[in-house]
Amino acid sequence: MENLVQEAIQNVNLQAVMPSLILTVAGMALLLVAVFSPRGKTIHVAWLSIASLVVAGIVTIMGWNDTQFGFAGSVQLDNFAAFFSMICILAAGLTILMSDEYLKRENFPVGEYYPLILFTTAGAMWMVSGTDLITIFLGLEVLSVSLYVLAGFFRDQERCNESGLKYFFLGAFSTGFLLYGMALLYGVSGTTKIYDIGAYVQANPDVTMNIMFIAGGLLMLTGFFFKIAAVPFHMWTPDVYQGAPTPITAFMSAGPKAAAFAALIRVTFVCLEGMQDHLTTVFWVLAVLTMTVGNLIALSQKDLKRMLAYSSIAHAGYAMVGLVAWNEIGMSGVMFYMLVYTFMNMGAFAILILIGRRGEENLTLEGVSGLGYKQPLLGIAFCIFLFALMGLPPTAGFTGKFYIFAGAINAGFIWLAVLGVLNSAVSLYYYLRIMVHMYFKDPQEDFSWVKIYPATALSIVIAVAGVLYLGVVPGALMQFAKMAGF
Amino acid sequence: MADNLLSIMTFLPLVGMVALLFIPRDNEAMLKGFALAVSLLTFLISLPLAFDNVFKTSGGMHYREFYEWIHVGEFFQMNYNVGVDGISLWLVMLTTFIMPIAILSTWNAVKKNIKGFMAMLLLLQTGMLGAFISLDLFLFYIFWELMLIPMYFLIGIWGGSNRIYAAVKFFIYTAVGSLLMLVGIIFVYYYAVQSGSPVSGFGVAEFYQLDIPYNAQFWLFLAFGFSFAIKVPIFPLHTWLPDAHTEAPTAGSVILAAVLLKMGTYGYVRFAMPLFPEALHTFIPFLAFLSVVGIIYGSLVAMMQEDVKKLVAYSSVAHLGFVMLGLFALNMQGMAGGMIQMINHGISTGALFLIVGFLYERRHTRQISEFGGLAVKMPVFATIFLIITFSSIGLPGTNGFVGEFLALMGAFESNLRWFAVFATTGVILAAVYMLWVYQRIMFGKVTNPANEDIKDLSAREIVIMLPLLLFVFWIGIYPNTFFDKMNPALEQLIDQMNNQVAVVEVVQPTVANVLENK
Repeated sequence: MENLVQEAIQNVNLQAVMPSLILTVAGMALLLVAVFSPRGKTIHVAWLSIASLVVAGIVTIMGWNDTQFGFAGSVQLDNFAAFFSMICILAAGLTILMSDEYLKRENFPVGEYYPLILFTTAGAMWMVSGTDLITIFLGLEVLSVSLYVLAGFFRDQERCNESGLKYFFLGAFSTGFLLYGMALLYGVSGTTKIYDIGAYVQANPDVTMNIMFIAGGLLMLTGFFFKIAAVPFHMWTPDVYQGAPTPITAFMSAGPKAAAFAALIRVTFVCLEGMQDHLTTVFWVLAVLTMTVGNLIALSQKDLKRMLAYSSIAHAGYAMVGLVAWNEIGMSGVMFYMLVYTFMNMGAFAILILIGRRGEENLTLEGVSGLGYKQPLLGIAFCIFLFALMGLPPTAGFTGKFYIFAGAINAGFIWLAVLGVLNSAVSLYYYLRIMVHMYFKDPQEDFSWVKIYPATALSIVIAVAGVLYLGVVPGALMQFAKMAGF
Repeated sequence: MADNLLSIMTFLPLVGMVALLFIPRDNEAMLKGFALAVSLLTFLISLPLAFDNVFKTSGGMHYREFYEWIHVGEFFQMNYNVGVDGISLWLVMLTTFIMPIAILSTWNAVKKNIKGFMAMLLLLQTGMLGAFISLDLFLFYIFWELMLIPMYFLIGIWGGSNRIYAAVKFFIYTAVGSLLMLVGIIFVYYYAVQSGSPVSGFGVAEFYQLDIPYNAQFWLFLAFGFSFAIKVPIFPLHTWLPDAHTEAPTAGSVILAAVLLKMGTYGYVRFAMPLFPEALHTFIPFLAFLSVVGIIYGSLVAMMQEDVKKLVAYSSVAHLGFVMLGLFALNMQGMAGGMIQMINHGISTGALFLIVGFLYERRHTRQISEFGGLAVKMPVFATIFLIITFSSIGLPGTNGFVGEFLALMGAFESNLRWFAVFATTGVILAAVYMLWVYQRIMFGKVTNPANEDIKDLSAREIVIMLPLLLFVFWIGIYPNTFFDKMNPALEQLIDQMNNQVAVVEVVQPTVANVLENK
């Protein structure tokens, strides 16, 4: 026992957790700042949070191409982790930018909100850099617990409570699956380090026929599928997304989802490589189900937030196509897609924040009738995000889908790619419907309540720039995504 | 300048569009003038292409530009790879030529949100020019999809009463086709890479050299051909066209007819046919059959229309049937006829839509029964309309004759003889519906009091029509100006397709064996 402790202490390499450490420390300090701030004043907390995110981002970028191992191999800050960490940081930064004015409008300016986002991000970073099942689990829990609070943040609003509670119950349930799966894997292989499990499987190929191993792998994957909202583990998504504060919905659909994808990729490609034949089928079926169900249900939605919730389910399905491919292009494609998705989806949610009224009324299709004429710039930005979500060039949505489908076709999954593009075709209809209302219908209202909050507008500008940059000259970041593969 | 002529020409409208956004919304004269100036300047920049004699001697690509664009190691590479040859030359010229006319035609017709309208037209022009000059399939796809967005808004915002339905239908129809093509494009690329043949990004020149097994060609031709067939449109995929044409504003219809439909036929000539020559031979009887059905069906339906714009829209289906039939003849006459017929259709049908637009602006109706006896009231209009009618029918001396005659002759000389026999009835049917509609609108007594004080064409409207009339006769009387520059490229294309098939015929048994062994 003493040896183990000593070994652990010697193996501590703070460099490997530096970005998340910065966020954790900043988060705890900011909790105190929030307590001692005058009531209702949170703007300084927001900017300090962004500052800490920027610092964490710089530290992450500086560690590019310089893999750090820490804590006796349970944390590995490699390019893969750095890439996903940057996605989470970006998502958190955009969330905070679009939050402050929104919280004031909803009359709930509470400083604890920002540290919670920082903790979520730190948890996400442990997930993406964890190479030990326990680390991944810890990260997932930190992330989830903070998100449960954030999802139900407006404690005086019923639908927000419903959102938080639903997310908590179902989330806890799925975490049970995850942990049980991890326990079974440990039982089979005698270790929780994923690279050791991978080596164990390689040394004993028979183990992939072992019922305990298979059950463990599948149960663990179930936990991740829940987090990325793959059908049929998606039931929580629409209600939680619709009920949660809009910035948090945006955040959930991008940051934590990317982290869950990262953990899923690392765990499958390292530990469960031996099960490739079977898992490909599992992913294949889930990807098709997720895309199709998400898109088909989104078709009939009238509430914009709920429509985007279903669309985000569908997008998880597209990303899973990259997993089916099980090659480098597909894996890098998923990474690139999560980055693209962060920009386009968070941008769309930021616009919902601006056009929503207090209490989130008016986020229906009829509610945006004629918006394009009353708020031309907002309309153009919304169109850019919608075209990106459809996957049309010259936006990032196209290059992202291209990357993923290229992976699938390269691996010979042509029919999956065909189903994927047909799904995109289905999705055209409901995205177009928003534009039909924005531009082809006459304005019903004067949208006098729409105020262009500066910080939220900044987040929209960043998102537009990202969507166009990654759509027109995506080469550099595609290259980074390639380097981030392992 | 000459080095980057194509890029400057293509992106000038886009730059113009961005600049346009900074012009105040209510300064309508300036918005219109600026858009017109940009489109005229684009036309001027493209003019040297038309006068360049290099196309007479060499069928290859000229004005090449090549830049590395997206390079992701061994994953995939795309280049900015553009050029024109005799095939795309006249389509590029048609685009730059028709654009100022389209903008000028909207001078008084569009009332709401002129800024957005002009911006969309300019964006559309960049998309169209880019698609014609792209030599990299990925680049082509980007421009191809880029055309969808402005057209969707043009129909949806400035269209008629049923515009939303028409816009969404147009968008989804074309997007579904092109998405399947995307899968095909990616497949061809990885096939090329994995078979070890040299590739330069998604460059078509390298893909032409590929020796794709027949069963893959079959599916690929289906994917590409389906996408292009929707755009042409080939019967029975044409149903979006009458809706889109009828609802679109005049400028939108003109561009849709003159240029966008050519994207489909151009796609066949440039991509689907030379890339998959073996599969092409399987599909030719089928596609030729559909083309003939399109000719006859389009003509018959056009005949029964009560809305003159719908009539013109259905006549497009018939005209493009001739284009396709000529192309599928795969001989010099047929292909040249098909190519020149693309230009003809752009000019004649574009002009017809303008004429319908003139009528609509005056009377706010397009019902044929509302008119009658206009020849007395509008003599200039009557003359122009008659010339365009003859051109659309294909009367000798006008452009339509040259195109349809060559296309049909080519088909007669190939093994599509019997298809040509039936297609020829389309010429007669065209005379029936065009002359009939001309008679109903122009001749007789003025029965509707609303037509009593209808005004003849204004100077602006005559200026719009004159260049079109010029080309109606130019192509009709001396088409060699156009053929001279088109023929070398077509010869090269035909040679290339024949060679590929010859090579493949030797290889085919082995491919078949491999499949059987599986």
